[in-house]
Amino acid sequence: MKGITINNPENLIECKTILNWINEESSVLDLGCGDGELLSLLIKKKRVQAQGIEINQQAIQKCIIKGLNVFQEDIDSGLSDYPEKSLDYVILNQTFQQVKKPAFVLEEALRVSSKTIVGFPNFLHLSSRLKMCFGGKVPVTKSLPYKWFDTPNLHFFSIADFKEYCKIKGINIEETVVISKNKKVRVFPNIFGEIGLFLLSK
Amino acid sequence: MHNIKTKQFTFALPPNELMLELGKKLGPITIAYETYGKLNKEKTNAILVTHALSGDAHASGNHEEDDIAGWWDKLIGPGKFIDTNKYFVICSNILGGCKGSTGPASINPNTKKEYATDFPIISIGDIVNVQKELVNNLNIDKLLSVIGGSMGGMQVLQWMVAYPEKIKSAIPVATTMKHTPQQIAFNEVGRQAIISDPNWKKGRYYGSKIPAKGLALARMIGHITYMSDDSMKIKFGRRFKLNKENYKFGAEFEVEGYLHYRGDSFVKRFDPNSYLYITKAMDYFNIVNGKRLGSIFKGLKAKVLVISFKSDWLYPSQQSQKIVKACKLARVKTTYCDISSSYGHDAFLLEVKEEGQIIKHFLNSVLNND
Repeated sequence: MKGITINNPENLIECKTILNWINEESSVLDLGCGDGELLSLLIKKKRVQAQGIEINQQAIQKCIIKGLNVFQEDIDSGLSDYPEKSLDYVILNQTFQQVKKPAFVLEEALRVSSKTIVGFPNFLHLSSRLKMCFGGKVPVTKSLPYKWFDTPNLHFFSIADFKEYCKIKGINIEETVVISKNKKVRVFPNIFGEIGLFLLSK
Repeated sequence: MHNIKTKQFTFALPPNELMLELGKKLGPITIAYETYGKLNKEKTNAILVTHALSGDAHASGNHEEDDIAGWWDKLIGPGKFIDTNKYFVICSNILGGCKGSTGPASINPNTKKEYATDFPIISIGDIVNVQKELVNNLNIDKLLSVIGGSMGGMQVLQWMVAYPEKIKSAIPVATTMKHTPQQIAFNEVGRQAIISDPNWKKGRYYGSKIPAKGLALARMIGHITYMSDDSMKIKFGRRFKLNKENYKFGAEFEVEGYLHYRGDSFVKRFDPNSYLYITKAMDYFNIVNGKRLGSIFKGLKAKVLVISFKSDWLYPSQQSQKIVKACKLARVKTTYCDISSSYGHDAFLLEVKEEGQIIKHFLNSVLNND
């Protein structure tokens, strides 16, 4: 699964936002940690106790090279071993839309952590809307770069969908940052936002 | 490398015999061991490699007198995954073994005859306690890592619970915290094959015919469990040794020939009584022992790398995942890899490329992380 590539400046705001939300020396579990770029950054800047979960063998090798602790496990079942509130943060960045049972995984993440960070591509970004309406095809955009027949994304939802879901489930949204072209979006985020980042608790 | 020599270390001389876990005393104890590479000045680069059921101290390189490569030679050596230009690697033959260490074939100082079945029942705990004596004798206070697969992995787990402050990291491979009834059952069939061989004579066969048929049969059963359905299909298929069937009870299929060969060659190098004692030690091993999973590795500061192989049905991945769970609950710094391989349990000896890379990078991060 895809992690954040730090040398890709488009992702910088995402990283900065997550760094801001995480306290020094806290415990962090990154679900679908990819190459471990984000975890390495968190260790460097915030001296966190980091643990990753990743399914891809090559990605795990890269994590081990970085000295990270990582479990080769399926995100959908990786949290059941953790006791309630045993971690400060669980991160589901760009992996939430890829899990088989997002409702279950989010519930589990909130159960085991004090705070959960969720980041996902906004399916109803303006460019997607235009491509759908006028192109008549499933949109392929910067934040949703995959063709319909070859995508790791299993669930398609908007920032508004996610907010509504949190409300129904009684999940507290402590912070929201919506990003487009590496800038924060403040006006009509559900239309102009490419990526939604949420700091949640329950 | 042709300059490898097996060395010996003797301790627990009477009256200072070693107290075994089951309460009996044993001494003197001799341990055969080999070392590769150089111990650095700070003594921070020592790695202990622990062998499986049929292994010995010869893990890497070749001896002068023969050309038999060490059992983990693909992994350990100069420039290899466990690089002996960088690390000081120790491997010893276990207590109860028959390749230079004290075991049932050794002379009992009280009777001046082989111990045979007078040899006390030993445990994985005893095996590790003896390794600890050897490590102390080499003036090493803390090991950079302990690495082993299968029963070698049990020894790694034992180090993690018995001497957590003596290891900086641990790599248990294709192993378990305790045997399941199925694993005990396979071992028992192997033991019964030896015991029911008329040449066994209650273990007192030294100096006469050994229970070769029984030991060979035990080894044949073992080899079936070390392979996978797929690896057998790939290796042998349904091919015949002589390209045709002749409908006789003999080794007609290639797979039969292979098992016979494995059984017969094992007899030349292994003591049947050692097989009995060691498999018992494996079956008795249980670091869970009624404890809560989260308390087993509590307080362990060492970094842990758990490795399993997807086609291993003798020590299936779920058993490694249980180790990972215990580490998780104890907040031990842990990495877990479930490697794709068709080799079955043998993968830990054969699927060296993937396994080696992971071990290499992990050791490197442990070495550089002070």
